[in-house]
Amino acid sequence: MEEEALHFHFDVDGNNFASAGEASVQVKRLLRQMGFSPDTIRRISIAMYEGEINMVIHAHGGDADVYVYPDKIRVVLSDTGPGIKDVSLAMQEGYSTAPDNIRSLGFGAGMGLPNMKRYSDKLEVRSTVGVGTVIEMEFISA
Amino acid sequence: MIVYKHSVSLDATKCKGCTTCLRRCPTQAIRVRDGKACINPNLCIDCGECIRNCPYQAKQATFDKVESIDRSKYLIALPAPSLFGQFANLDDADYLLQGLLNFGFNDVFEVAKAAEIVTDYTRRYIRQSDKTKRPFISNACPVVVRLISLRFPSLRNKLIPITPPVEVAGKLAKERALKEHPELKEEDIRTVFISPCPAKVSWVKNTPAEKKCYIDYVVSMSDIYFRVLSQMRREEIPTVESESGVVGISWASSGGEASALMNDRYLAADGIENIIRVLDEIETGHFPDLEFVELNACPGGCVGGVMAVENPYIARVRLQSIRRYMPVMMNYLQDDPDTEIPEAMLATKPGDHSSAELLHSDRAQSFRMMLEIEKIYKQLPGMDCGSCGAPTCHAHAEDIVKGESTLDECVIRMRELLKKKEQNGE
Repeated sequence: MEEEALHFHFDVDGNNFASAGEASVQVKRLLRQMGFSPDTIRRISIAMYEGEINMVIHAHGGDADVYVYPDKIRVVLSDTGPGIKDVSLAMQEGYSTAPDNIRSLGFGAGMGLPNMKRYSDKLEVRSTVGVGTVIEMEFISA
Repeated sequence: MIVYKHSVSLDATKCKGCTTCLRRCPTQAIRVRDGKACINPNLCIDCGECIRNCPYQAKQATFDKVESIDRSKYLIALPAPSLFGQFANLDDADYLLQGLLNFGFNDVFEVAKAAEIVTDYTRRYIRQSDKTKRPFISNACPVVVRLISLRFPSLRNKLIPITPPVEVAGKLAKERALKEHPELKEEDIRTVFISPCPAKVSWVKNTPAEKKCYIDYVVSMSDIYFRVLSQMRREEIPTVESESGVVGISWASSGGEASALMNDRYLAADGIENIIRVLDEIETGHFPDLEFVELNACPGGCVGGVMAVENPYIARVRLQSIRRYMPVMMNYLQDDPDTEIPEAMLATKPGDHSSAELLHSDRAQSFRMMLEIEKIYKQLPGMDCGSCGAPTCHAHAEDIVKGESTLDECVIRMRELLKKKEQNGE
């Protein structure tokens, strides 16, 4: 049996660009209360923020689930968006399919997935075109 | 833990135990217990939101009373830049300075003058510093410094480490007095800062032991306002001249400090909720490439301080008319801009106080507590009504697990239980 985890669920609203990043701010507070190190908290909030923004830009929102264990944190972001055609291409820095209006807001620089990989200790991307994408990140805590 | 001395307190006779301050407190530092609001000193950042919003004026700021000033000393007034925006029809700063002398001060040293020196040092610091540490965050608002040490400890190294204007003003004022009046000794001189906010009081009270504090009294702007106003006479030609320019006086309102850096790579935000959002964005790394971030806890900047007399937006307009006849800047550093910033101009780096939010010092224990909190939270209505004395249902769940409250305090839940009992014919 897997040890009991603290589970937090957040709906990421796809219609409200301004609210993207709310979940990562809430998670930050919870992690601070449990005494995770500022560095761990920072890594999670950056990676989670990137994921949230991606879901808003590409998939009209989705679900963010955070599982906290005493020594690690798992973040699962799932959406029913268009899916990623070529995951390895999407993992390359600077590769972006974001539309111009999003780019004009300063997003869509092609750093989303690369940043998630950079700041997490483990990243898994499962995506099916036309069905959706599930991203799992794990953070080993200090 | 170092005990932090605060300047916001409660008049229990006036407090009705309503939930206004509870909900407005940005750090959830307030609880209503036994019908009265209590402030958790470990979480309070002296922002003054509770003073601003209390409908019964039960929340007070601690200041030195004007009457308590020792009049036998050589007194130097340190007027904050925001003071200049409080008077109608004042288009020349000299009349206010004269009013302060007429009131009984021996000398006046404008904080705006010191602000110009700080501006020059800030330019120098940004120029000399590692670009990867950008954006730098202003340390002039003590609420922001305390908020960062409490909630954003990872951003502490972005704070500009220059001594804030009021402290510089106090130091220079005392040095000037000693030079101009060789008969005076240091203990004969007292500086009196005229402040728009209680946070500056806390900041003075919490000067680290190893640092010398150059501020002797902090009086509230509203306390001294009418006394000075009655000493300001239009027909009298002032004998003093203002020594600051547009740059210094502009520190009074949001954006003033930042725009004085003379480039467009800055951001200025004001209002406590807004600055928390900006800090969150900086921490997330999703932030434009800027050099400088100016944050003011009060709406509109220092003119929005809870002890200011005038509406902040009106004060801002008034400052515009005073500025019209002022030179741009009157205080410049004369030496080479590559010179190292002197030790005396450097502020102490704030400590990491993030442990104030910890549930428990032991991770495994706080993890178990959080599991329990989430279980209890699910039984609560989620209305965040505040009737239990906690600002939100989640905070109530936290209080229960910490042993500071009980589930029965939730009136909504009790009402539901009673209804169910009635339906079951009990």
